[in-house]
Amino acid sequence: MKVLVAVKRVVDYAVKIRVKADKSGVETTNVKMSMNPFCEIALEEALRIRESGAASEVVAVSVGPDQCTDTLRTALAMGADRAVHVYAGATPVLPLSVAKILKALVQVEQPGLLILGKQAIDDDCNQTGQMVAGLLRWPQGTFASKVVLDKAKNVATVDREVDGGIETISLDLPAVITTDLRLNQPRYATLPNIMKAKSKVIKKVTPAELNVEIKSDMETIQVTEPPKRKAGVIVSSVDELIDKLKNEARVL
Amino acid sequence: MLIPLSGSYLKLKPRRECCTLQVPVWAPQTSKYLNRIYMVQSRSFGSSAINIPRNPSFAKLNSDDISYFRSIIGDKNVIEDEDRLSAANVDWMGKYKGSSQLLLLPKSSEEVSKILHYCNSRKLAVVPQGGNTGLVGGSVPVHDEVIINLGLMDKVVSFDKINGILVCEAGCILENLNSFLENEGFIMPLDLGAKGSCQIGGNVSTNAGGLRFIRYGSLHGTVLGLEVVLANGTVLDMLGTLRKNNTGYDLKHLFIGSEGSLGIVTKVSILTPPKLISTNHAFLACQDFISCQKLLLGAKRALGEVLSAFEFMDSHAMDLVLSHLDGVRSPLPASLYNFYVLIETNGSDESYDKTKLEAFLLRSMEEGLILDGVISQDINQSSSFWRIREGISEASVKLGAVYKYDLSLPLNNLYDIVEEMRARLGEAAKVIGYGHLGDGNLHLNIMTSRYDDDVLAQIEPYVYEWTSKHKGSISAEHGLGLMKANEIHYSKSPETVQLMVDMKKLLDPNGILNPYKVLPQSFFN
Repeated sequence: MKVLVAVKRVVDYAVKIRVKADKSGVETTNVKMSMNPFCEIALEEALRIRESGAASEVVAVSVGPDQCTDTLRTALAMGADRAVHVYAGATPVLPLSVAKILKALVQVEQPGLLILGKQAIDDDCNQTGQMVAGLLRWPQGTFASKVVLDKAKNVATVDREVDGGIETISLDLPAVITTDLRLNQPRYATLPNIMKAKSKVIKKVTPAELNVEIKSDMETIQVTEPPKRKAGVIVSSVDELIDKLKNEARVL
Repeated sequence: MLIPLSGSYLKLKPRRECCTLQVPVWAPQTSKYLNRIYMVQSRSFGSSAINIPRNPSFAKLNSDDISYFRSIIGDKNVIEDEDRLSAANVDWMGKYKGSSQLLLLPKSSEEVSKILHYCNSRKLAVVPQGGNTGLVGGSVPVHDEVIINLGLMDKVVSFDKINGILVCEAGCILENLNSFLENEGFIMPLDLGAKGSCQIGGNVSTNAGGLRFIRYGSLHGTVLGLEVVLANGTVLDMLGTLRKNNTGYDLKHLFIGSEGSLGIVTKVSILTPPKLISTNHAFLACQDFISCQKLLLGAKRALGEVLSAFEFMDSHAMDLVLSHLDGVRSPLPASLYNFYVLIETNGSDESYDKTKLEAFLLRSMEEGLILDGVISQDINQSSSFWRIREGISEASVKLGAVYKYDLSLPLNNLYDIVEEMRARLGEAAKVIGYGHLGDGNLHLNIMTSRYDDDVLAQIEPYVYEWTSKHKGSISAEHGLGLMKANEIHYSKSPETVQLMVDMKKLLDPNGILNPYKVLPQSFFN
């Protein structure tokens, strides 16, 4: 069985984000970019599945500009067998378009499992996995905190982190799984694997070659920072506190 | 409570104290671990009984003194509260404890000047204190010296955005300065595990080294100017912001590293390097110390101008960190290797630096210098490497008692002392070695469950003699403080020490600034 993992290149989660002066978006020039943390977890899970013998190949795919190949190199250095880079121009591609591209790729690659991160930390959309499952009409196990594959029965048992607790569901393969934080701890890229990754293939395709039309039906009008937190005030008496609660905070 | 017997500070034989102390502990990591309060059992420090009597020429505090201080700095900043005093009286390791009755928190150089002028006229001994993260007992009182803590003087005075020259007050916390500078596209030229608590005045007064030393050099090079208050209250304004100023004797160098014994640093002017966007980290495993040495030489050549840190640690240190710190995992879990090396590069071009680093590491691996290694793929992984290296100090106090030695040694012999001490102490103690290999600086930590006379006798003076024999320094970056004040002769000639004593007597004739420390007591009795 083949496992397809979709990864996204985003601003490194430890970076302090700043909004561009013209409010058109977030500052990304000269800012450290890395693989989306949830995508790392997805890749790690795929690698573990391959190591357990349930899969034969892990293919990493990323949709985006040329620099995506850095992220794919990381995926290869972690242990993915090969990678596909879908070049869709310099502008960011929205979840629905990514989902359509992934659907087309799935039809080419025929994986038994498509694993993605639950959401990207730059847009927090949490849509791609669900959308591609809908487009493919595949079962989906989102927010996975545990995945157990039964190769014989061709079934995946997924623990999902939901508001009320943990929900355990059983999915017939092929299926889509999106990963949550507690699923695993991603491995580091070791030197031997980095060396091997240099000879691994990154295939470049365009959406046109996959017969997918990218159209954006969403326009970003403005991006602003949230209002700054005001400092707290130390009051000197209970009366002053009541006065402030009444007149400033207006909660009494 | 440890009550000093009248007239003497007796370092008693070990006995369990019945009280626990709340000591604000610095934690060697960035913002996540700041200022966690930590319960430490107070233990009296066992030693070969060195008796440091209280200098009878120092006056004792009286209520007039306290009223005077209140009149200069305000009631709120004159602290006699027992809890706050007990925290200020103990060092970070819980090894040194004084019995000061008064903590002062001045807010300006003028206030510091008035305090010192008064103390000098009254012959009241004082201890300048910053973040209290020092490791040689230099930041806490020995007896009842008045503690002058500069923590309230935490303003940035000015920042020249073109040249990167920062002028700030001595009480600014290093990490806060770094955050401020990062916003402007610069960084502090020094970085150490204590950055969440240590203050720049203390860093300067102790000539702190740290993790970026290999790249940016010593504070003697990066500090452009100082404002210092002398023992008699004179405010010495040497706060230049010029890179080059050859006009007379450059006196600021006297105060850098003088550990508060020649004057109190109140303002610092420092040259800050631009923040370069590309940082890469590698965590490597080596078979033996020779490989680490060869790797260092190779790194200096192959990585050249982008190399910004080269740290090493032995397997015992790694084991210590993995066992005693939460949320830490080995980047190379396959086995416990003999030695680990952490390399950091910092440059202006991400892919160029990464290519250089990868090429160097793969070559070193082919040559057998590296058994295995990982390169971090994002900032989180980089932080986790540093968490391990910076966490060693934090983990070392968890076994009970730790004897820390900070030695400069020739590269070839650097690890030999660790193996010798391990053989010498056997089951009695756990010995670990780690440090700034790039600077030839070893941190030797010897850990036992409690401070113990017998163990200490096995360690000192052997370690100092060994270091002296190999022409090393008994204190690479930690300073002399109280711990090594009488050991200076292992690393400095008698004539040099005599001149130091003459300078001390010139600048501080009453000897009120941080007494009993830095220089041997015998010169002052």
